[in-house]
Amino acid sequence: MNSFTFTRARTIADALRSARGDVKFLAGGTTLVDLMKLDVERPAGIIDLNALPLAEVRRTPDGGLHIGALARNSDVAHHPDVVRDYPLLSQALLSGASVQLRNMASTGGNLLQRTRCVYFRDAAMACNKRSPGSGCAAIGGFNRNLAILGTSAHCIATNPSDQNVALTALEATVHVTGSNGERSVPIGDFYLLPGQTPERETILEPGDLVTSVTLPPPAPGAGSTYVKLRDRASFEFALASAAVVVTIKGGVMQRARVAMGGIATKPWRNLDVEAALEGQPATRERFADAAQILLSDAKPQSRNGFKVELAKRCLVHALSVATAVT
Amino acid sequence: MKIAVTVNGERYERDVEPRTLLAYFLREDLGLTGTHVGCDSSSCGCCVVAMDGDRAVKSCTMFAVQADGHEITTVEGLEQGGKLHPLQQAFWDQHGLQCGYCTPGMLMTSYVLLKHQPAPNEAEIREAIAGNLCRCTGYQNIVKAIQQASTELAAEPAAAAVGS
Ligand SMILES: Cc1cc2nc3c(=O)[nH]c(=O)nc-3n(C[C@H](O)[C@H](O)[C@H](O)COP(=O)(O)OP(=O)(O)OC[C@H]3O[C@@H](n4cnc5c(N)ncnc54)[C@H](O)[C@@H]3O)c2cc1C
Ligand code: SF4
Ligand code: FES
Ligand code: FES
Repeated sequence: MNSFTFTRARTIADALRSARGDVKFLAGGTTLVDLMKLDVERPAGIIDLNALPLAEVRRTPDGGLHIGALARNSDVAHHPDVVRDYPLLSQALLSGASVQLRNMASTGGNLLQRTRCVYFRDAAMACNKRSPGSGCAAIGGFNRNLAILGTSAHCIATNPSDQNVALTALEATVHVTGSNGERSVPIGDFYLLPGQTPERETILEPGDLVTSVTLPPPAPGAGSTYVKLRDRASFEFALASAAVVVTIKGGVMQRARVAMGGIATKPWRNLDVEAALEGQPATRERFADAAQILLSDAKPQSRNGFKVELAKRCLVHALSVATAVT
Repeated sequence: MKIAVTVNGERYERDVEPRTLLAYFLREDLGLTGTHVGCDSSSCGCCVVAMDGDRAVKSCTMFAVQADGHEITTVEGLEQGGKLHPLQQAFWDQHGLQCGYCTPGMLMTSYVLLKHQPAPNEAEIREAIAGNLCRCTGYQNIVKAIQQASTELAAEPAAAAVGS
């Protein structure tokens, strides 16, 4: 690992002031430290965020929830308000990584975790995301775990997070502060498609600090779940996952929120899928119709064609669980 | 960079390079080689230590400077006064190890597990050690060992707390 300077930020202002030049913020380190060991990240300076007062989880005046950027994944997953009102977020977090990693990993770090594309993590390989213009070794290479939606000719990497899928279905807002002041961004606008610039993954500008995520009040009477499909039952990233929140009245779906993980270059929400569910009876046939729409413009790569059917089944199953349809 | 870390109840002040990982600080600077390094990439779990008594963390995923001001318990801190910790004894009794490479991480992960959940069921034990890979035992006897220790600690709760 290259050597670097280490600065402990005492205040948010301190963190923003230090965030000039080739530096990286350090939260739990479970993404960053590994990438530094692999020489994928070689920052000249590290700004440690862990002394900042950003770990709080509390109700907001409107009945929603504020989750500080430094709140640990394990603490959020076990927080009584999350377990009661946003159980799919708890399920998503607990399905990710392992207990030791969740103890370190933070809400903000998880939002910004990097792809698990093997070529991104190997500094010797061509990768437009790591080294813009170098090519993409995953196209035609080992792409079993990569995306079928939202890809470009320059990058097909997945956003590997579970948390971010649940936050997308919950319509979270990401709060950011930076040299241009504070702003709040709906999570649906936070992530960018790879397009021609896969190195840019979010709307964050250099030096921007994520301070918190907020959730709107829980949808009254909604059923929800997070379903994660993977190669083994624990400690593995999703091949396909679905986060759904559905409100039913008299057997008819009034409101549906659907986000998918493991299959797309960003946490994936398609409003047509939700529109195809709303106003319809909660039956497997209608779920299958929605799944068909979700995958209609899927672009399978050489080794991940199986994900088309897997993602459909994942969504149908999640909707069945959330609406208690067997 | 100057740091002060309490390891197994003893305070150490050292000057470290920021890039020193906690696992290597423990092994090389402090000579506590009980903490193993396997994958060096946050996957295998044989580097697990307890931070502030109640959090299992992977010491290959942390810089030593992040442990500044914290208390770390390593596998060396389990045995007290020449007597193995009930978890260590249980791993011995149940053949919970073969080559022993994963054992320090298994012990520290289950040490923290039993603090939070003194009577975990088998599924909870398996979930807790999901981040600890063992190439030898097939996990069966590791689960049995954690169950034995859980029973023994319930009978003798004072033995649970060490190192701090
Ligand atoms: C073996 C292994 C298995 C895993 N399995 C899963 C899994 O199954 N599912 C899953 O979802 N995840 C999984 N993960 C990923 C894990 O969830 C992430 O590494 C973690 O959430 C990142 O959070 P962190 O706080 O450790 O981030 P860090 O590593 O500290 O930071 C990540 C990035 O975000 C930036 N950053 C951090 N905080 C802020 C902030 N507040 N503002 C601005 N920038 C910031 C950092 O500069 C860095 O670039 C796994 C990781 C490992 C190592
Ligand atoms: S898919 Fe993206 S991350 Fe993977 S090699 Fe191609 S450009 Fe890099
Ligand atoms: S050496 Fe730390 S997890 Fe493998
Ligand atoms: S005993 Fe050999 S790896 Fe577990």
